[in-house]
Amino acid sequence: MGRLLYEFNESVRIAMAQIRANKMRSALTALGVVIGIVAVTLMGTAIRGIDIGFEKSLAMLGGDILYVDKWPWLGAEDWWNYVDRPYVKPEDVLKLNRIIDSTENSELEFAVFSAFRATALKANGLSVSGVFTRGTSADYGRVLTADFAEGRLFTDAEDQAARQVCILGSDVAQALFPARSALGATVIVAGQPFEVIGVLARQGSFLGLFSFDNQMVMPLGAFHKYYGVRNDETEIMVKMKDKNRIDQAREELTGDMRRVRGQQPGQRDNFSINGGEAFKEKLDPIKKGIAFAGLFVTGLALFVGAIGIMNITFVSVKERTKEIGTRKALGARRFTILLQFLIEAVSICVLGGVIGLGLTYGLFAGVKAAMPNFPIEFSLLLVVVSMLVSIATGVLSGIIPAWGASRLDPVDALRYE
Amino acid sequence: MTPPAPAELRVMRPVGPLVISIEGVTKLYQMGEETIHALRGVSLEIRRNEYLAIMGPSGSGKSTLMNMLGCLDTPTSGRYEFNGNDVAGMVDDELAEIRNREIGFVFQTFNLLARSDALRNVELPLIYAGVPRHERHERARLALESVGLADRIHHKPNELSGGQRQRVAIARALVNRPSIILADEPTGNLDSKTGVEIMDLFEDLYDRGNTLIVVTHEESVARHARRIVRLHDGLIESDRLAE
Repeated sequence: MGRLLYEFNESVRIAMAQIRANKMRSALTALGVVIGIVAVTLMGTAIRGIDIGFEKSLAMLGGDILYVDKWPWLGAEDWWNYVDRPYVKPEDVLKLNRIIDSTENSELEFAVFSAFRATALKANGLSVSGVFTRGTSADYGRVLTADFAEGRLFTDAEDQAARQVCILGSDVAQALFPARSALGATVIVAGQPFEVIGVLARQGSFLGLFSFDNQMVMPLGAFHKYYGVRNDETEIMVKMKDKNRIDQAREELTGDMRRVRGQQPGQRDNFSINGGEAFKEKLDPIKKGIAFAGLFVTGLALFVGAIGIMNITFVSVKERTKEIGTRKALGARRFTILLQFLIEAVSICVLGGVIGLGLTYGLFAGVKAAMPNFPIEFSLLLVVVSMLVSIATGVLSGIIPAWGASRLDPVDALRYE
Repeated sequence: MTPPAPAELRVMRPVGPLVISIEGVTKLYQMGEETIHALRGVSLEIRRNEYLAIMGPSGSGKSTLMNMLGCLDTPTSGRYEFNGNDVAGMVDDELAEIRNREIGFVFQTFNLLARSDALRNVELPLIYAGVPRHERHERARLALESVGLADRIHHKPNELSGGQRQRVAIARALVNRPSIILADEPTGNLDSKTGVEIMDLFEDLYDRGNTLIVVTHEESVARHARRIVRLHDGLIESDRLAE
C-alpha cells in the first residue's frame, strides 16, 4: 500500500516535471482538450439552460395544479373523438368541490372555474386588443402562480356582486399606462368601465409561445354579464394537496369528474385532465434528441483532442525508452511504468479541462451579462462531470501507449538510443 | 564524514555463501531467419563478497550473460538460482522485485534521470521498494556520502562531472543494500584518470563486503577483480583467479 502511494507520488512528480520541461508541446496538446471541453461544456450549459427554461415555464402552470378541459392540451389529432364532449361549466365546479369536500383523505383541495376570451381594452386614449381575458372567482387567488406587482385580487363579495374591477398583466398595464401606475385607473372593456385593482408581476412567456403578461382577470359575474354564460373556452383548475402524488390526484379527479358528469362504467371520459407533465412527456424526447446530437458532435472535438494526447504519449514513451529501461532495471514493475505514463496523459487532460472549463465559465458569464434570458446555465454538476470526462479522456487516450511502455523488454529498452 | 558501515559488512569474507548458481544456461535469439546462440551452455557459481570480472570480445555472449545475471532476461534453457530462488521461471514483475532488492546496476552511460537531482536519483530504487519518504532521504544521503558526494546531493546530473555522475549511479546501486553490484563497462565513458578513481571506489566497496561483478573488455579494469571469467563464442573459455 505504501509502495503504491510512493509510486503514485513519484508519477505525479514526473508528470509535472515532464509538462514543465516540454511547455510548448504540453500546451499545444492541452489546447486540443481545451477546445473539446469548451465545446462539450458549452453544449452542457445550453442543454441545462433549455431544461431550466422549460422548468420555469412549467412552474407558471403551477406544479400542483391539474386542469380539466374539453380538449387534451396535446395529442388531439383524432379530434372527432373530442368534438362532441361538453364544455366544463360552473355547475361542474360546484359539484366537484362538493365531492372533494366529502371525500375522506382527498388528494385534492379545491377546484376553480375560469372562462376566457380575447378582448380589446381601451384607456388613456390608448388601446390594446387580443388580451387574454379570464373570468373567475376569488378562489383564483389560491391557484395563481404569479405575484402581484401592486394591488390585489377581487374578493368573493366583489365577485358575487359582479363588480367591474380587473387585474392586468404587466404587458397590458405597460401598454395602456406607459408613464404611470395602472392601479386605480379605469379601463374600458366591452364598452364598460372597469377599475384596475391589481397589476401582476412580469412572468414571461410559456415556452416562448404564450405570454402570461398579456392577460386580464375579472370576476366571473362581470364576465358573464357582458359576454354571456355560454362560453366555449372554459377550464377548471384543481389544486392538489401534494404535488408529488400527482398520479393519485389525477386518478381521484378522473373518478370525481365522472361522477360530476354522471358517466356510466365503460363509457369513455368526456373530459381531459391536463397538466404540465403532458408537455414534459411531449418535450422530453426532443430534449434528449438535442442533447444526444449536441453531445455527439461536440464529443467529436474532444475525441480529436484525445488523439492529440495519445500521440504525445507515444512520443513521450519513445523519447524516454532508455529511462523506462533504467527504471525497470531499478525495480519498477509493469504497473509502475503504466501508472507513470497514464498520469502524464491524465495531467495534460486535466490541465486542458480546467482551462476549458474556465473559458466556458467566462463565455457563460459574458453571454448571461449581455442576454440575461438566453437559455444557458452553469452548474456544479457540469464542473464535476467535465473533470471526470477530462480524467476519462486522459486514461483512454493514454492507456495504449502506457500499456506499450509497461510491456517493454528491459534489455531492449536499456539498449535504445 | 563517512558513516560507519554495519558491523557485519566490515568483516572480510573471502568465501561467503552461494549467491548465484547457474548451470547449463543457453540463450537463443531469433534474428530474422537466423537463430543466434548467444549462450551455449554456461555454468557459473558466484559467492558472497567475490569480486568477479566477466571478459570477452563482442559477440562472445558477455552482454547476454550480464543481462541474465542481472535478471533483466531469462535463459532459454538451463537453471538459474539466485539466493536459492529459481529465477529462470519467473515472470516480469517477479524479476523486477529481484532486481530491486538483490541487484545494484552500474551502467556505462550512468543512466541517471536528467531532471532529478542526485538525491532523487539515488532514492529511486527505494521508491520502488516502498520505503517511507523520511527513511528514503536518509538512506540516499548516506549512500551519497559513502561514495564521497556528501556536498553534491542537490546537484543535477548536468551539474556533475562524468566521474561524479558514475558515483551517483554507484550510490544508487548501493542504496537498497543488494546482494550483488553488477557493473557494465563502468569506466567506458570516463577518462583514464577518472576511471582509476572509480575502480578505487570499487576496491573500497569490495573491502566493505560487497559482491561485485564487472563486465568489461578492458584488461586494466579486469585486473582489479579477484577472479576473471572469460567468455568466447557463448561458452566459458576460462575461469581463474587473477594474479
